[in-house]
Amino acid sequence: MPTLKIPTPLRPYADGQSALTAQGQNVSELLENTLEQFPHLKKHLYSEDNILRPFVNIFLGEENIKDLQGIETPLKEDDILLIIPSIAGG
Amino acid sequence: MLPELSHEEIHRYSRHLLIPDVGLEGQQKLKAAAVLVIGTGGLGSPVALYLAAAGVGRIGLVDYDVVDFSNLQRQIIHGESRLGDLKVESARDRLKDINSEIQVDIYNEYFTSDNAFEIAEPYDLIIDGTDNYPTRYLVNDLCVLTGKPNVYGSIFRFDGQASVFFAEQGPCYRCLFPEPPPPGLVPSCAEGGVLGVLPGTIGSIQAAEALKLILGIGDSLIGRLLLYDALDMSFFTVKLKKNPDCKICGKNPEITELIDYEDFCGVPAHGHDAGSAGENWDITAEDLAVKIKEGGEIRLIDVREPHEQEISNLEGSELIPLGQFASRLSELDSAEEIVLYCKSGTRSTRALEILVSAGFKKAKNLKHGINAWAIAIDPSLPLY
Repeated sequence: MPTLKIPTPLRPYADGQSALTAQGQNVSELLENTLEQFPHLKKHLYSEDNILRPFVNIFLGEENIKDLQGIETPLKEDDILLIIPSIAGG
Repeated sequence: MLPELSHEEIHRYSRHLLIPDVGLEGQQKLKAAAVLVIGTGGLGSPVALYLAAAGVGRIGLVDYDVVDFSNLQRQIIHGESRLGDLKVESARDRLKDINSEIQVDIYNEYFTSDNAFEIAEPYDLIIDGTDNYPTRYLVNDLCVLTGKPNVYGSIFRFDGQASVFFAEQGPCYRCLFPEPPPPGLVPSCAEGGVLGVLPGTIGSIQAAEALKLILGIGDSLIGRLLLYDALDMSFFTVKLKKNPDCKICGKNPEITELIDYEDFCGVPAHGHDAGSAGENWDITAEDLAVKIKEGGEIRLIDVREPHEQEISNLEGSELIPLGQFASRLSELDSAEEIVLYCKSGTRSTRALEILVSAGFKKAKNLKHGINAWAIAIDPSLPLY
């Protein structure tokens, strides 16, 4: 099953887990299936009209899914999706 | 014409001069270069130290703060002897001690849309070592509008990011993050913490990128974002592309001058009172102490993380960490008098917003958190 890696700032909203695994033929399905159990994490990633928030960047390998097929990007069994958080500490 | 190097300088920089990619001409380029470092904190410390040691001829330092005890865990340019001193003066003196040949300009002021152009004007590139979103967007936009590279670094707990945002050759910060997260979503290092050595790693990477840009050598991080995880001890690089719809560096830019960044990000950049929810929603440590002494029935809710309770704790309080707060509202009753607290009042203000939006009218925020209680009421508690 493909994996969604959760960055540190968002882990409190995913019961502290660093990665979530679920079924999903594409990015949208994986997100739906992993976020189902974590409504607060979902709230941070999706806007109220159910669109990925602009500060949320999801990468498949080295590529931003925005540069692939967006949330329709197909996934293979062992794919790892990475959420890149916006952090500001200095 | 590049500046000549004295015999003393040739001796000092001999390890650079031995590298064919640097050589005499490279060292002269460094001497001729001017770099502006925004922030002399966790990231700014190693960046400025290494740029000074490397012989960058002119270094500008922008900060408005004074050296605090809690800075010394990671801000290695400052020391105990400079506690309470202006950070820019403490940093300048340290840089001049490392390398008296260089010019160090200090700007003891907030970096804002009003002064950014003037301050940045003499410098070739800008290092983003700030600790807040408004200043990060300001630095980005300034760099896009003036055509200067923005050497970016950012840290949180064990995670670091670095890149070079240079709109003339690649994406800018806004291409990756068109807008900041909503206020309160991502904790600052003051609330969430940061491993002291983390800015050392990321700041050193920023310094290396700055030197490479000045020397014109190697592959810079333009178009790439470096992700560092100190816990896994892993580095990972992802590709960044220019966003044709970017509001400042895209094909039809909407932003053509510096804007109000505090308004854009919905948070103050500096000099703000993060630990206050506003006069009507705060209770001071003194007032809370009186209420408790008078036997008032107050439910004290600690919204910090469990491990922080080992540092300090208010007697009789219950723990509901901010991350769980919204999902545990059913444990609270809007008829009760509730006081929320955290370390310094920032997270409890966020929790209060959740309560207020759920219709609670009798809840208050302990202004400036348990640290304020430790100062005013119970000095046996440590400050952290």
